[in-house]
Amino acid sequence: MNDFEQLQKTAKEQWEMLQHSSDPVVYVGMGTCGLASGASDVWKSIQKIRDNSKYKFQTIKVGCIGPCYLEPFLDVQKPGSSRFTFNNVDADRAEKIIKEFAFGDESKLKPLGHLGDKIETINGIKSFWELPMLKHQKRIVLRNCGIIDPENIMHYIARDGFSGLINAFEKGPEEVIEEIRISGLRGRGGAGFPTYKKWQFCREAKGKLKYLICNADEGDPGAFMNRSLIEGDPFALLEGMIIAAYALGANQAYIYIRAEYPLAIERLNIAIAQMKQAGLLGRNILDSGFNLEIKLKEGAGAFVCGEETALIASIEGERGMPRSRPPYPALSGLNGNPTTINNVETLGTIPNILRNGGDWYNQYGTANSKGTKTFALVGKVRRTGLIEVPLGITLREIIYDIGGGTIKPFKAVQTGGPSGGCLTEEHIDLPIDYESLSEAGSIMGSGGLIVMDENSCMVDVAKYFLNFTSEESCGKCTPCRIGTKRMVEILEKFTKGIGNIDDLATLESIAKTVKNGSLCGLGQTAPNPVLTTLKYFYREYLEHIEDKRCASAVCRDLVEYRVIKEKCTGCQRCVEVCPTGAITGPRSEPHNLDPEKCIKCRACYEICRFDAIAGDAIIIVS
Amino acid sequence: MSSLLNTLGKHFPECSKGDLIPVLQHVQDQEGYISSNAIREISEYLNISCSTIYGVATFYSQFKFNPPGRHSIKICLGTACHVQGGDFILSALQMEIGIAPGSTTEDGRFDLERVACLGCCAIAPVMMVDNDIHSRLSVIKLRQILSNYE
Repeated sequence: MNDFEQLQKTAKEQWEMLQHSSDPVVYVGMGTCGLASGASDVWKSIQKIRDNSKYKFQTIKVGCIGPCYLEPFLDVQKPGSSRFTFNNVDADRAEKIIKEFAFGDESKLKPLGHLGDKIETINGIKSFWELPMLKHQKRIVLRNCGIIDPENIMHYIARDGFSGLINAFEKGPEEVIEEIRISGLRGRGGAGFPTYKKWQFCREAKGKLKYLICNADEGDPGAFMNRSLIEGDPFALLEGMIIAAYALGANQAYIYIRAEYPLAIERLNIAIAQMKQAGLLGRNILDSGFNLEIKLKEGAGAFVCGEETALIASIEGERGMPRSRPPYPALSGLNGNPTTINNVETLGTIPNILRNGGDWYNQYGTANSKGTKTFALVGKVRRTGLIEVPLGITLREIIYDIGGGTIKPFKAVQTGGPSGGCLTEEHIDLPIDYESLSEAGSIMGSGGLIVMDENSCMVDVAKYFLNFTSEESCGKCTPCRIGTKRMVEILEKFTKGIGNIDDLATLESIAKTVKNGSLCGLGQTAPNPVLTTLKYFYREYLEHIEDKRCASAVCRDLVEYRVIKEKCTGCQRCVEVCPTGAITGPRSEPHNLDPEKCIKCRACYEICRFDAIAGDAIIIVS
Repeated sequence: MSSLLNTLGKHFPECSKGDLIPVLQHVQDQEGYISSNAIREISEYLNISCSTIYGVATFYSQFKFNPPGRHSIKICLGTACHVQGGDFILSALQMEIGIAPGSTTEDGRFDLERVACLGCCAIAPVMMVDNDIHSRLSVIKLRQILSNYE
């Protein structure tokens, strides 16, 4: 038995002991979304109980399991029983769960679901994986997220971690690339280039020094798939990187990660240190003769650095401006050496393919888009969070079956971030793959899915994205630098009700120029949100221009706040919160709202619903 | 040798051009912002001109050129936050503390920065005060949160 087999044996024994622990084990979801919802208070509270009472139990931090809207999560695993999960836990509820569920009569509290291996109901509690949001998912890259301690390499090893790497070393680089070819895996960063081809080009490129770069500069606003994966299972990414570097013949790798993700950076650093210690990084990894060093490079906040050549410029210490291609990075990338750049999700998928085989991965997905894809399902949908689904699933299944639908009637879904487009009811039964989305005028992108309902204004959404791209344009190409700015100005006119019908033609013409006259993906795709909304929501543009009306009551200059006299109870709460004294009126009598003084800050509208005394006596109308 | 040059020598012994962004990040971490003095010292250390350093530093939104406040507010204007009313939160915030993004209040209590996405889209709209993320914001909730930071 070699050293790694010994380590594997120990890891499996430890994991088994944990599953059959004689004391209860308590797990808390401590991803960024969990922490933002109050998980650190929950953690502190259970630590206090453990230290200051008769109760004896173990505590473990885990990553995000997916349904962010139910955070914070707390799981309890009682001796001889399964692991049960509770949602929306706060400090008080955590205490109750420990005392009454973990150490008391468990029938008093009802968990959300159990995380046992089998999907059968246990003691009347359904499997977590059978909940509507989880049922339609296929978790491959996210398989460990929320289950293991992301700061403990032994957990990862116990769940067959690094067995893909061992297979890779047995196969040799060429066969690894062949296995990826069979799998059909395409780049998960958005463009969908076949991963094996990228690797092949770089492997065949001349040069002794080669680089692998992991692109973790998740810049699309509305997307957090990479953050969740790194926070929940950093080892999967790192194992994928070793396999990729081995296939390419690279001995130096970088992870270019956003500085806005401090927790992900911290977990990667911990994981790298543990892997070095276990002989899984550094010189002669697992006696294969292969050496690899992985370094972190923190991005400094520039969306354009998601573009390969701009990312390379940034690592070299320059302004992150794209360079013209060819030469492609595979031939001449970082410091002029052959370089492969892969996305976090692509690399995180690799260990699974090497562990289970390319054919296994190939069974999921559509004819040209294989496997699973993670999406950040957000916006006006009931169940928000991170999901992983087989490609070919329809938008309807994602939005209604997984997301539970919208509260107000569905209007559009935005895919692909600022480079993507808005799709409508008409596309809802479209099976999602790289080709179908681009045919509809959008793109797959990295996986942001922003759902919009009748309360979202499409002109405002287009303005939002153009504003973003105009600010993030690096300025190198004139059509992008100036064109996006002009487009924002026109869209602003519409949202202020001062646009005219000729502006529409100008807008469309600039959009086409920017698309054709830009060097990199940022400029080439920046007009997409405008072009798709013009195509599918033309009437809404007309309403803004001709009727000076915003039906969704979003565009501030086109709306008015009103008090409905019949509903107003005269509770004075809105009078108290109004910063400009626009609302007046004595207690118990309907209030007055002076539109001249109103700055449309929304405070009265919110407080009216917040306290539910009147409920909805203040309305926004266009 | 100044204390800044001293720490640079310790953390970045290779002194290569590729270290520029990590050096700037290190300096901002230590001093809170990038002063013109710091740019001169970095220029001396890495042997890169001040104008090149300034050009690189201003390209990236992470770098600040004014001293920060006691508490740093990062307001998220990602897509999900926008769709959930993030714009209203920003204008309410500006009204409450009286400054525009990129500046610091006169009493030095807050500095305000807009960020593209904090990655907490499922619980939007969000903002980050120092290292705490506050989620599902409303104009009303915002006022309560700010009162916790003196």
